[in-house]
Amino acid sequence: MKYTKDHEWLRVEGDLVVVGITEHAATQLGDVVFVELPEVETMVTTGDEVVVIESVKAASDILAPLDGEIVDVNQKLVDSPALVNEDPTGAAWFFKMRIDDLSVLDDLMDEDEYADLIG
Amino acid sequence: MSGLLRLPLHDLHVELGGKIVGFAGYDMPVQYPLGVMGEHLHTRAKAGLFDVSHMGQILAYPTGNIEELALDLERLMPIDVAGLAPWRQRYGVLTNDTGGILDDLMIAHRGDHFLIVVNAACKAADFDHLQAHLRCANLTMCSDRALLALQGPQAEAALAQILRGVGAMRFMDVRIFGDIWVSRSGYTGEDGFEISIPNTQVAVFARSLLAMQGVAPIGLGARDSLRLEAGMPLYGHDIDQTTSPVEAGLAWAISKTRRAGGARAGGFAGAARILAQLSSGVSRLRVGLRPDSRAPMREGVVLLDGNAPIGRITSGGFSPTLNAPISMGYLPLKFTEIGTLIAGDLRGKPTPLRVCALPFHPTNYKR
Repeated sequence: MKYTKDHEWLRVEGDLVVVGITEHAATQLGDVVFVELPEVETMVTTGDEVVVIESVKAASDILAPLDGEIVDVNQKLVDSPALVNEDPTGAAWFFKMRIDDLSVLDDLMDEDEYADLIG
Repeated sequence: MSGLLRLPLHDLHVELGGKIVGFAGYDMPVQYPLGVMGEHLHTRAKAGLFDVSHMGQILAYPTGNIEELALDLERLMPIDVAGLAPWRQRYGVLTNDTGGILDDLMIAHRGDHFLIVVNAACKAADFDHLQAHLRCANLTMCSDRALLALQGPQAEAALAQILRGVGAMRFMDVRIFGDIWVSRSGYTGEDGFEISIPNTQVAVFARSLLAMQGVAPIGLGARDSLRLEAGMPLYGHDIDQTTSPVEAGLAWAISKTRRAGGARAGGFAGAARILAQLSSGVSRLRVGLRPDSRAPMREGVVLLDGNAPIGRITSGGFSPTLNAPISMGYLPLKFTEIGTLIAGDLRGKPTPLRVCALPFHPTNYKR
């Protein structure tokens, strides 16, 4: 698992990258009540706002962690947004991306570096 | 250093795992480990303990007699103060000369004086306003007192274990138990109490309440979602110096006796505009709104009729009780009928909402 400073996790699955938010992020957001997912087959650039996530407290965005194409989204989150709090690093993945070169993941944080970030 | 003031219960909030944020100049717990949703539902089902010590508690003693002071206060608010019975309290608003709202408040008649409880962010300005305009009052800001709210269907059972006699109080009754001042009121739509207590005693008192079955600490997050469900306006958001009480849907608080034809009609700040609105109607009104989709629409969202902006959401969020988003905002009168379909500009996308009745969730007072 790799991590971004925006509290996203990335997991390689075959030739795709699965993206979600960390336990820390889910706790900070509080109870998630609404998730708006991107369209599949959308080309995105690093930093694009691709997901809207609303908790009881506020709206937040999930940013595209890499350049690439959104090839799958987790529709389960639309019906059960609470899954984000229940299983943020498992069942509550947000989207899958296809990227040109998986080696760019090497630049992201590993688990120890992320743990240092959130202290 | 945050430069924020600390509540007398600060250490207890931290010990309970409260997440502390700045609010109205104070370090306040926005939520505890239970979370906003859990705290909200707990309050509706059992009893929630809120620390609202940031609010202003102003004692107003008459320099002469209390009847004279009541009439003096009526010059600053469009409510019936003179007719307020001893040991009863009433909701009111301080108005400005153009009929806007300086603050909303509770005023309690306590035999030989009044207690006025005001919003934290306005308390210094309110005190100055009262000081400047009242002719026969001695005012004191009770900075040595904390304020707790215990709200929910199990509030009475819990509080009665410490203060026997609270069970006999009805909604909006006030009583003094030694150093402790109690009113049967709140800001959640539930039955419950607001309890003023010296700073030096509040920690022990709060701990004994929290030790009781069914009582949990509740943060500002759930306080906001509870009051939103109850359809209550939040000062600085849903009401302010530009909104009149009639536009804000608070005409119910303007006593008959202060209206045209009443025994003490008018004579309050902003009376010209407010009385005219009561007789000829308003051009805009605060309404409840239910988004069709599950996306919450929050403060600042522009309301649309087609592409034309017609108003703005002043409060909005997610209702844990309804399991759906809810909002409030101002709309021109012709859009205010229940069921009217409009849209909100949500991140650039017109998103449908329908006008609905307030409150979103029925109140549960002990009358």
